[in-house]
Amino acid sequence: MNSPITAFKLSLEIARVHLVSKPKQTIIAMLGVTFGIGMFVALVSLMTGLNNFTEELTMTSSPDIHIYQDVTEPRLSLLEEINPAGLNKIHHQRPKQESARLRGAMQIVEMLRRDPRVMGAAPFLSSQVFYNNGPVQLNGSIVGVDILEEDKLFDLRSKLKQGRLEDLLASRDGIIIGSGLARKLDVTVGSRVLITTPAGFTRMLKVIGIFQMGMGAIDNVRAYANLAMVQTIMQQNQSFITNINVRLYDRYQAKPMAADLNMNLDYKAEDWETANATFLTGNKIRNIISYSVSITLLIVAGFGIYNILNMTIYNKMKDIAILKAMGFAGGDVRRIFMIQSLTIGFVGSLFGLLVGFTLSYLISKAPFDGGDFVSLDHFPVNFDPLYYLIGTVFGVITTAVAGYMPSRKASKVDPIEILRGQ
Amino acid sequence: MKASSADVLKVTGVSKYFYEPEKFQVLKNIDLTVQRGEFLSLVGKSGCGKSTLMYVLSTMDTDYEGELEIAGERLTGKKQNELAPFRNNHIGFVFQFHYLLPEFTVLQNVMIPALKLGQYSRTEIEHRAVEKLKLLGMDEHVLKKTNKLSGGQQQRVAIARALINDPDIIMGDEPTGNLDSYNAGLVFETFRELTSAYNQSIIAVTHDSEFAKRTDRVVEMSDGRIIK
Repeated sequence: MNSPITAFKLSLEIARVHLVSKPKQTIIAMLGVTFGIGMFVALVSLMTGLNNFTEELTMTSSPDIHIYQDVTEPRLSLLEEINPAGLNKIHHQRPKQESARLRGAMQIVEMLRRDPRVMGAAPFLSSQVFYNNGPVQLNGSIVGVDILEEDKLFDLRSKLKQGRLEDLLASRDGIIIGSGLARKLDVTVGSRVLITTPAGFTRMLKVIGIFQMGMGAIDNVRAYANLAMVQTIMQQNQSFITNINVRLYDRYQAKPMAADLNMNLDYKAEDWETANATFLTGNKIRNIISYSVSITLLIVAGFGIYNILNMTIYNKMKDIAILKAMGFAGGDVRRIFMIQSLTIGFVGSLFGLLVGFTLSYLISKAPFDGGDFVSLDHFPVNFDPLYYLIGTVFGVITTAVAGYMPSRKASKVDPIEILRGQ
Repeated sequence: MKASSADVLKVTGVSKYFYEPEKFQVLKNIDLTVQRGEFLSLVGKSGCGKSTLMYVLSTMDTDYEGELEIAGERLTGKKQNELAPFRNNHIGFVFQFHYLLPEFTVLQNVMIPALKLGQYSRTEIEHRAVEKLKLLGMDEHVLKKTNKLSGGQQQRVAIARALINDPDIIMGDEPTGNLDSYNAGLVFETFRELTSAYNQSIIAVTHDSEFAKRTDRVVEMSDGRIIK
């Protein structure tokens, strides 16, 4: 007799009339949600945008796994080696004179390249050098690489502002220099730069390219050269390799794989998460802050809805009583008010998304000077639709929770008390 | 109408207690039978329990002892969720105050119980609502908001609303209590017509002795008992 569809339509219609007949109240309740969701979307977009940007920057310049000789690793003293059972005490043990060389580096590289998880492995060696151009003398580093392998790992080609990678292969004394360093030395492609190693070896090199990673810590100090050239200036033979960089297909495999390598190799294998622990902690803290601020905003909006619905229900006691007398069950009454609350939540959220998008867009256009440290002229903003979805879900859930209690109260109104009371 | 037996409402041995501020027996072992087409008025001094009895009869109050049967259906012991649809179908209410929903038009107010019942299509319901309003001389005001009407007009709309589902019984708590004599007379005439022409029963709680005198049966209560 009583089909659920018409009953629902009736509840919907009553809810609609209630909302429309008190537009001010409805709009204020919606604005609460709109503001909450808008801020959530804008905040999270900016925060994740910044996080992604810095993560990408870090990732482009740091390998997934870095293998090197760790001279700071504590070592057994001679006394302890001879007399392991005894009670040994040695004060101020000096580090052993040890070469940073990786023995059998090429074999390790071959082994890594055979691993299906590995996208690329590149051996390199680096040295501290002074760059001289006329009177200017700058401290920096020179990195000897197999340039094509390095490109596979770090996409150097896209970071190149001037010159071509292949030119390095053809030129024995060529270098590709960081943009900041190039500016300070006032050199361009074709210029010559004099370098001096700590050991006193000097060499004239030719700039054949300029790269920009976007990070001052690299662009201001680093230059790439051929492996052989760096081996020469360090006065070492051709098998002298100090580091291996590894890039994986899935960077989240890095931690377990680094642990494996540490067990099997005599050298230190460091994964990117460990190497960038401070940066990742910063990411986490920023995420926690933005989520807690947004959730607080939404809870405040929820209290607003709770208050307004409570007030509406208080004002509508007589209506509720007569509806119940006419045959509306408690559930029908609850539904009427839940529909109101969810409508406020849903429409408020939709406007919130719009506000959030507008704010994000404006932020992404706001000029922001990253300074010398990062090359950035606007705020990086993430427009991932996922956060818009999360925002809507949050908004609707908050209003459902906030609306449930007053709606339940309305469903429990005793009509006799109201109808007799007058 | 919906059930065919002669007795449309029957209560046996109904007692009810109030517990606030202290235990007090409001209704004492009441037996009452109302026949189809009967126009009955319930009178008595303030506090004699006549309104309380009416709310027990209305099924809105389930906290009583005894038996209640309306239109051949035993209602004692049922939950409010089952009783609400029953009221929707079988009982119409008219109160001292109209209790119309202020945001809705006259027509919508009358239609709501029928939309809730869902027995007819929307256009049919609209048609029936206009018919009921015509019966009460309110068909010119269908599209007005209810707060634009006078007190008497509002009460007539409330009666049309009570009639929309062709209930077996119409219950009134002081239905003319707030009306001038002209409108009170009009309401009485409508009730009269409903009982005679449509064979619907009416139970009206009233203080108005003139009104009571003209009904088919006057049930007088005192101290929670029916005395006449």
